[in-house]
Amino acid sequence: MSTSDVKLLGGWPSPFVMRARIALNIKSVDYEFLQEKVGEKSELLLKSNPVYKKIPVLIHADKPICESLIIVQYIDEVWTSGPSILPSDPYDRAIARFWAAYIDDKWFPSVRGIALIAEGDEEKKEAVQEVATGLELLEDAFPKCNKGGNFFGGERIGYLDIALGCFLAWLRVTEKLNNVKLLDEAKTPNLCKWAESFCSDAAVKDVMPETDKLLGFAKVLMARFKAPPAN
Amino acid sequence: MAEEVKLFRNWSSPFALRIVWALKLKGIEYETILEDLQNKSSLLLQYNPVHKKVPVLLHNGKPILESLVILEYIEETWKQHPLLPEDPFEKATARFWARFNDEKLLPSIRDASTKQGKEQEEAIVQVEENLKYVEEKLKGNVFFGGETIGYLDLAFGWLANLVSVLEEVTGLSLTASGKFPLLSAWMQNFSDAPVIKECWPPRDKLIIKYQAMIEKYTAVAAPK
Repeated sequence: MSTSDVKLLGGWPSPFVMRARIALNIKSVDYEFLQEKVGEKSELLLKSNPVYKKIPVLIHADKPICESLIIVQYIDEVWTSGPSILPSDPYDRAIARFWAAYIDDKWFPSVRGIALIAEGDEEKKEAVQEVATGLELLEDAFPKCNKGGNFFGGERIGYLDIALGCFLAWLRVTEKLNNVKLLDEAKTPNLCKWAESFCSDAAVKDVMPETDKLLGFAKVLMARFKAPPAN
Repeated sequence: MAEEVKLFRNWSSPFALRIVWALKLKGIEYETILEDLQNKSSLLLQYNPVHKKVPVLLHNGKPILESLVILEYIEETWKQHPLLPEDPFEKATARFWARFNDEKLLPSIRDASTKQGKEQEEAIVQVEENLKYVEEKLKGNVFFGGETIGYLDLAFGWLANLVSVLEEVTGLSLTASGKFPLLSAWMQNFSDAPVIKECWPPRDKLIIKYQAMIEKYTAVAAPK
């Protein structure tokens, strides 16, 4: 299958895009990475994802697949010769899907809330607590999922590792920008160990942005966000 | 081994109904545990401590949560009467539109029903945009699943029941206007399907429930 058969619309800073890249790496799939310009949406993006107009979009044989977790499952189901991303047992799959949905629907919005919404110490404290509570839930879930391995997926990284791990760089950036500790060895030792294993995994290393680079990007983004809108 | 399948639900939750339909379509025997959401059982709280919500499917003592996750679990565990397409792209498409229902369509209809003034107008515009996508999906098909009811019909299924209830309670015209002929036809076909028909919560009870809910929202809204 030629590289041009698989395209990924995205950007290096996006954790959601990272999910797709990690999945493609796990399956050793070559792809063309089409990076969107910040603040602009390409015609291809608008055409491929008219409903949400968001990255990532996987384009496989000219067919677009949208929504990062749906893309990861698609990659798992198409490239079956590579290592499996979702667990094989239906119950384990349901647990992985449950936590991934929790991360997207509840947890990551609370991370974003620290930087964007919380004003003043009290609100920020609450937002930080929300994030911490979520991490504690995931800390508890870890030994129920990992079957003795280093990852939620067991011996190898899997769906839930990807769903959560993609946010690690942004988590560190949020910690630095807001002078808070979110991933705390004292409170979530399993997750801290897991984070190290995840970031050094072969499928992840090259697509996880360096914290300083992401920090620089975040500062530019926040300045733009707080600047008067240019309609 | 005897299968033990239990479903925690309440009388009206559209999310729980998805699971009832899936179990019935696949002919799976199960026990219903009816919850009063104002007074949740300790079992429900034990099985779903994170969200404390219905539905919860209990299979041989193991809880599965979140309606779309439960649907996939049911599909993978009981292979008869498949609900999802086999083709990965078709599957991804079905999953996409199910999420669209939960994240965009349903909230927009909720907002159109409960908000006031300018916010309501904006929500109504959103609903129309969202319903256009749904209408488009039905071109050339009786059901979203094709010839037979599938996963996406179950995801959108609540529309066939609740849209007319909300229209009656709010006076809004969401699909009654005839603007979405394929969707209106689907709502009828879906409602008439035997497995679906026998499960609808009583309409008069739904009217009372949603009337009360909307009154609560409009009472809370600050006068403009």
